[in-house]
Amino acid sequence: MLIKKPTDIASSEVTPKQLYVNRRKFLVGAAVAGAAAATGLSLRRIASPPTVAEAKAKIDNVRKSSFSTSETITPFKDVTNYNNYYEFSTDKYEPAGLAKDFKTRPWAVTIEGLVKNKQTLDVDSIIKLAAPEERIYRHRCVEGWSIVVPWIGFPLSVLINKAEPLTKAKFVEFTTIYDPKQMPGQKVAVLEWPYVEGLRMDEAMHPLALLCFGMYGEVLANQDGAPLRIVIPWKYGFKSAKAIVKIRFTDKQPVNTWNKAAPSEYGFYSNVNPNVDHPRWSQARERRLGEFSKRPTLMFNGYAEQVASLYAGMDLRKDF
Amino acid sequence: MNPSVKSLRWIKVLVFLACLLPVARLGWKGYTHHLGANPIEVITHSTGDWILIFLLVTLAITPLRKLSGQLWMIRFRRMFGLFAFFYASLHFLTYIWLDKFFDVHEMLADVAKRRFITAGFTGFILLIPLAITSTSGWIRRLGGRRWNLLHRLIYVSAAAGVTHYIWLVKADLRKPLQYAAVLALLLGYRIAGSARARINVKNPAALRRQRVEVTEG
Repeated sequence: MLIKKPTDIASSEVTPKQLYVNRRKFLVGAAVAGAAAATGLSLRRIASPPTVAEAKAKIDNVRKSSFSTSETITPFKDVTNYNNYYEFSTDKYEPAGLAKDFKTRPWAVTIEGLVKNKQTLDVDSIIKLAAPEERIYRHRCVEGWSIVVPWIGFPLSVLINKAEPLTKAKFVEFTTIYDPKQMPGQKVAVLEWPYVEGLRMDEAMHPLALLCFGMYGEVLANQDGAPLRIVIPWKYGFKSAKAIVKIRFTDKQPVNTWNKAAPSEYGFYSNVNPNVDHPRWSQARERRLGEFSKRPTLMFNGYAEQVASLYAGMDLRKDF
Repeated sequence: MNPSVKSLRWIKVLVFLACLLPVARLGWKGYTHHLGANPIEVITHSTGDWILIFLLVTLAITPLRKLSGQLWMIRFRRMFGLFAFFYASLHFLTYIWLDKFFDVHEMLADVAKRRFITAGFTGFILLIPLAITSTSGWIRRLGGRRWNLLHRLIYVSAAAGVTHYIWLVKADLRKPLQYAAVLALLLGYRIAGSARARINVKNPAALRRQRVEVTEG
């Protein structure tokens, strides 16, 4: 796999995305400024939320995957400007701007707990462990909206196998970076920081569970969890931890951050399930971004065929 | 310092137009595709915010006017109250149309099952009689005392609205609690006032003065 820097693209061949994005921004800006001057409205209010689109490094030689859905992909602009990333802000429109200068290199990931190979790995060496695949997955937020994203990564099981967990290890815990200087949302105790998520070992080893470092053919956007995240498509979005710095193997079920914040509302499993409501709202339907009507939510987010067996015999009302 | 009748009329027109800016802004942004990735959510949240802002502004008129001695302020109370109802109607419409798509069964289930919907729905329903009886004709028909009593429902409505907001957020309570704090201040002012009135019972002239004051406008 080869990760090119944006400068590798000859400027004579194509117009860099940065430029045409800026040009568009300028045109929109000019129109907005004119209208604002005419109506006497504040420019900032009218133009917000600002959309941020930056040229990122391309990822080459990405294989297609049979796990990909053929559903319409949500525009890049929406997926990178509408983010639940409380480390930056509880406002979904703000992480795009706040994460712009987030440092994703150098980046170390510590692997610890019940494993043979406790180690600290550089993210670039992790990315090279396997050939990158594109997985076009449905992504369903617990709030009732959904997107379809072409993620790039490889099965999480590749990294787990390399770590060689002991047979005692029954769960994997993922910890997001804690760096309030870079992540202003962490200065507020809205949630307990750092963010922690967890999976049962068989969930983490499932072929659908993705270790992800790219999207839309490019390196992962900062506001979408760069440089390294997991994507667990059959679970609500908050289960897919972003900006991971620690992976710990354990024999006890990890207490994930949202479960700690509201145990009756966010369970450990948090599988997408239209039949089990959030205590405060229904999960039967969802709004796919860009669509007017709501669509029915599918059991396990439409991945029941692949993952239902993981939960055979379990009461999903109890283990929500 | 009381503005003249003529300038008051002009101020009223300007304030009226200013109160329409939030909905104009939404319309303009929607038209130019600047409502972000989830426009319906933006419309819902924005109209919701403006209901609470207008309710609190309406409730602030009486204390501000008493504390500042600017009696003419009362002339704006009805307008602000009606704008609260206007934004509440828009908010309610986005819910029944863009969220529930007129599915009455699902809406009733929501109202019964989801406490934040119950609270919001209550707040909206309580505003309806207030909007209807906001005219001078209705004040006459009901009589000042009864009208005043009825319009105390705005306290319940505002409390229901703030509760609705507190109950719906996932973790970040900062904004709903800001509204709650302002509401507590405004209601606290009235509680303190009525406590003072009770002490004044021995002085009928003071009590009469107080009664006359609240029925104005």
